[in-house]
Amino acid sequence: MSAPPTAKISVRDLTMAYGSFVVMKDLEFDVLERDIFIIMGGSGCGKSTLLRHLIGLREPARGEVFYDGASFTAAPTADRERFIRRFGVMYQSGALWSSLTLAENVALPLEEFTRLPARTIRDIVSYKLSLVGLAGFEDYYPSQVSGGMNKRAGIARAMALDPDILFLDEPSAGLDPLSARRLDDLILRLRDSLGSTFVIVTHELASIFAIGSNALFLDTATRTQGAIGPPCHLRDHSESATVRSFLNRGEDSAPETQP
Amino acid sequence: MKVAVQGSASPRPPRATWQQEGRVLRLEGRWHRDAPPPVLEGTAPPGLPERFDCTQLEEFDSTLPAFLLAHARLAATSSFAWDGLPDNLRGLMQLALGVPEQSDARGSPHDGSELRALGEWTLRTWKATRATLAFVGESVQSLGRFAVGRARFRGRDFWEVLQQCGAEALPIVALISFLVGLILAFVGNVQLANFGANLFVADLVAIAMVREMGVMMTAIIMSGRTGAAFAAHLGSMQANEEIDALRTFGLQPFDFLVLPRLLALVLMMPLLTIYSNLIGILGGMLVGISVGIPPVLYWNETVESITLTTASLGVFKSFFFGAAIAVAGCMTGMNAGRSSAAVGEATTRAVVASITAVIVLDSGFAAIFTLLDI
Ligand SMILES: Nc1ncnc2c1ncn2[C@@H]1O[C@H](COP(=O)(O)OP(=O)(O)O)[C@@H](O)[C@H]1O
Ligand SMILES: [Mg+2]
Repeated sequence: MSAPPTAKISVRDLTMAYGSFVVMKDLEFDVLERDIFIIMGGSGCGKSTLLRHLIGLREPARGEVFYDGASFTAAPTADRERFIRRFGVMYQSGALWSSLTLAENVALPLEEFTRLPARTIRDIVSYKLSLVGLAGFEDYYPSQVSGGMNKRAGIARAMALDPDILFLDEPSAGLDPLSARRLDDLILRLRDSLGSTFVIVTHELASIFAIGSNALFLDTATRTQGAIGPPCHLRDHSESATVRSFLNRGEDSAPETQP
Repeated sequence: MKVAVQGSASPRPPRATWQQEGRVLRLEGRWHRDAPPPVLEGTAPPGLPERFDCTQLEEFDSTLPAFLLAHARLAATSSFAWDGLPDNLRGLMQLALGVPEQSDARGSPHDGSELRALGEWTLRTWKATRATLAFVGESVQSLGRFAVGRARFRGRDFWEVLQQCGAEALPIVALISFLVGLILAFVGNVQLANFGANLFVADLVAIAMVREMGVMMTAIIMSGRTGAAFAAHLGSMQANEEIDALRTFGLQPFDFLVLPRLLALVLMMPLLTIYSNLIGILGGMLVGISVGIPPVLYWNETVESITLTTASLGVFKSFFFGAAIAVAGCMTGMNAGRSSAAVGEATTRAVVASITAVIVLDSGFAAIFTLLDI
């Protein structure tokens, strides 16, 4: 048996399946502390599924997920809460609670898990919404704002408790370029000021290169991880043509496929 | 205390001191949500200070930027130098103030005085009444389109609803009707035994089931079962913009969703009612047998007591009850709001509305039948 891993998040020999349908197999990677770890790959290749495995919404068909060397997969349900309390998660569709206003959505975890006075909670909520550019929309319901705004409010909610690790599922899909850029700034700032670790599913090449410190490519063809490393390095030096082509928007591989 | 060294063993509580007439804000200690609330000293100026003194600041989480932002918002200017703040904190503050606050957005959705609430309630009620009438009108139009063969909906949907509100309802309708038959027979038997008229239990159960109880019980079960299901299904479709998606394909949501449900329930209610009548009579018969009435005698008495008119009254009513339940369920669903709570509300309203409608209709029928002497 190998020594327990030491990274912030370690995935060992992970196979993910829905019933008998294997989505990805033999995943093995580490996410370091203060990493901005990008998960990328074609649509439907299992990125969201991987995220759901990392946060414990689905159990691995095989393999284990470790946090700081402690096995999350093997932890009994009661102990899992200790892990989960350190996570902040933004779901692909936002997943805001539709019967609460944006402010109430962000405030709910603060009210449940801290003893802060109502006034401080209000200030924190307004600060988090300001960070994602939603100042003034506190009293709107999710159905009254646009999809991109829902998404940003989802990020504000994920940040509510200043989590140790933030999981973001396609945060910049549906955002305008300026908002997407601001989001990148925000992620870097949060990493630097609070020391958070980020795991981000994204296709946004500009943002992958701007903020990603490490990237994992999930390959649909082989059903396993294609490559892992710093995104700029992968773009220029990856052994896999698929990865290079993905990171160059298919531009450098085009000549190769033509006779 | 004044010379506490940074990084000393126990973190100091958060403290904010305004110095030099509010021109300098000195931030100290550990600003963390687990720490005690920050101590504020000195008179705070209306806005932010010119300079920050963070030499004694130990550590911070979101409570500190949240505190600063609240003050910056009071000052109502967006460009501060944030002199003296650590780099990261300054970056966060600039990000937070980067997008100007949507000031016309704030507070507009609800701002409630009681008079306003009353007015809103009146408008809501008026709108709901109009919506009900419009919905009933649209149902009739839709049936008209169906009659001339111009209504589009999917046959498969229709069969599914038919199964859901027909075959799948049989067990629960059987159970309830059987028990109601039993109860009627028990109660009737106790009273009729006083006159030695036990046999008339058969008449009592038969007439009560066939005229009233069969159709009524079926309607109440279907309100709770199928009406609620219609409301929940259409309500979540509405919440997810699925109904809008139908509309943009040029499909009539009304014909596509409401019509199959309306037709299915109107078709199934009479059948379920007949079924309920039979099972109820069976329940009564069981009690009859247990108090010593021979089955054949009981059966003959039952058959003699029911005329074709009596038997058809319940079935006649069941068409209307079915329509009322379907309309109430579909209407509350289609008009639901766009949140999960709204779907729950729609379901509740569907059940309440359909049970009320059924009982009101039944009283109406009772009055009419009495007048017509049937
Ligand atoms: N609940 C589910 N049941 C069965 N298969 C699923 C389920 N959710 C996702 N899948 C399948 O898993 C694969 C990966 O899905 P997903 O992780 O959502 O992709 P993406 O990479 O676009 O986020 C897809 O082929 C999808 O069909
Ligand atoms: Mg996905």
